[in-house]
Amino acid sequence: MKDKTIKPDHKIIIDIINKGSKVLDLGCGDGELLHNLAKVKKIKAEGVELNEENIYSCVEKGLSVYHRDIENGLRDYPDNAFDYVILNQIIQEIKNMEFLINETFRVGKKVIIGFPNFAYIKARFDLFFKGLAPVTSSLPYEWYNSPNIHFGSLKDFKTYCVDRNIKIIEAYYLGDKNIIKFLPNIFAVSGIFLIEKNPDII
Amino acid sequence: MKDKIQNDYLIQSGPDSLGFVETKYFTFAEPPDHLVLESGTKLGPVTLAYETYGTLNAQKDNAVLILHALSGDAHAAGWYEGDKKPGWWDNMIGPGKAFDTDKYYIICSNVLGGCKGSTGPSSLDPARGKPYGLDFPMITILDMVKAQKYLVDHLGIEKLLGVAGGSMGGMHVLQWVASYPSMVRSAIPVAAGLKHSPQQIAFNEVGRQAIMSDLEWKNGDYYGSASPKRGLALARMIGHITYMSDSSMEEKFSRKLKNGKYSFSFHPDFEVEGYLHYKGDDFVKRFDANSYLYITKAIDYFDLSESNALVAKSKEENIRFLVISFKSDWLYPPYQSVGIVRKLKAGSVDASYCEIDSSYGHDAFLIEIREETSLVKHFLSRIYREVIDER
Repeated sequence: MKDKTIKPDHKIIIDIINKGSKVLDLGCGDGELLHNLAKVKKIKAEGVELNEENIYSCVEKGLSVYHRDIENGLRDYPDNAFDYVILNQIIQEIKNMEFLINETFRVGKKVIIGFPNFAYIKARFDLFFKGLAPVTSSLPYEWYNSPNIHFGSLKDFKTYCVDRNIKIIEAYYLGDKNIIKFLPNIFAVSGIFLIEKNPDII
Repeated sequence: MKDKIQNDYLIQSGPDSLGFVETKYFTFAEPPDHLVLESGTKLGPVTLAYETYGTLNAQKDNAVLILHALSGDAHAAGWYEGDKKPGWWDNMIGPGKAFDTDKYYIICSNVLGGCKGSTGPSSLDPARGKPYGLDFPMITILDMVKAQKYLVDHLGIEKLLGVAGGSMGGMHVLQWVASYPSMVRSAIPVAAGLKHSPQQIAFNEVGRQAIMSDLEWKNGDYYGSASPKRGLALARMIGHITYMSDSSMEEKFSRKLKNGKYSFSFHPDFEVEGYLHYKGDDFVKRFDANSYLYITKAIDYFDLSESNALVAKSKEENIRFLVISFKSDWLYPPYQSVGIVRKLKAGSVDASYCEIDSSYGHDAFLIEIREETSLVKHFLSRIYREVIDER
């Protein structure tokens, strides 16, 4: 993926997904990611989105989109309906995050999850030295108007996956301008993980 | 006055207007090849009044069937000479509009049981040489769709690019998919549900009772004499209340008075009363009371909620859905449209859904044109592009 008009996180997700897959994007916004996925990877695309204006944008792009909140929308899909379910920059705002992640595993074979890193160095600096709630490029909100309710780090997520018997297949770490390879939990503003549920051990 | 005529002329001949249109008629099911109804009763011959706009292409794959609501008719768009208003969905159908007649061939027919040129209770019963009245058999949404299929076959169309309609028209859309899935590429049910709910049945029954309580109704045998105008007007008044919303009524009428002060009598003081009276009286000029009874009953019988018919073949036939509802519609509330979508999703059928944030209640499907146009136009273009690619 060399197209400069595609956002860096979208580029990573597009690279992860296999051609011709069935993909559900939860909180698909104006459908930009799905639209690019459909163009580049010929996927069968579908989105769930709450904002009405975004629904018009999605339909205009020729996408199938379900105007509903993510949790209720996801419930309506049958088991194993998709190859991938995308949760990009959304779990930090979802009240019932665990339920949602479990539901994505019911509906999709693999899940792509992207979220801001609360342990990014600038966030640490804001909190430790300035004594202020962090404001970073991936956590752009002030403490009083932030929709975020879960403040996890990349390391937190990895621990969570071990606890919940979730396998991380691929992991990508993004800086403000580049991919981060060195100490991502300190230097990455956000992470994107391709995960799947390990078979439950009885 | 001259300005007014000039203005009408401009509207009728503007670049996005269809100009003057005409109603055509198709008669079929001549005995002994009767139309066999869902009830088992046979009916024939049957005539459907219909209109078409745009041109059917050589491949015959650009046809869209528009289905009307309870009081609608075949005149969906364009103008009749001398009329002050165009067809009921004119702002959606025409050159460059949502149902773009530069690209698509649009068909709309008056339903079986109707009173606008199609066979219904006010039509002449050939066996007895007088109008059917209550001898007209009970009909269902399925029967109406069966009749529409005769028309589509007659026009030589094997597969419709789309079926679209609001309210009862939305039920026709669903029934088309359930009954003839191989003839449908895409479906647009607007402000409808999988079944008619008890509240909806209740309002219809009150409307029917208003008609049947009118002494002029005479068990449906009123043709050639005074018709049950009071009853039909009352039924329509009740209907109109259910088509609006609390907030749209507040906005339109508030407590505005017709004559600026209370009359201290039972004359209509409030504008909302005047409006309902006007709508009721206007309706009796153009609608048959028995048709109102038959059509509302057909709507009440509609129920695809327990059946698998809607999804059984939809995935295999790759039928795409665009389901639309309106936030303030309390007669056909959004949850009922969501019910359609849930059923489709469970059956892995491709469906888009939009709940339009409108305050106009059920009437919104005739009012929220900008939003509906945005959705329908792009949705249909996508389906049509695929059809062209497949050729």
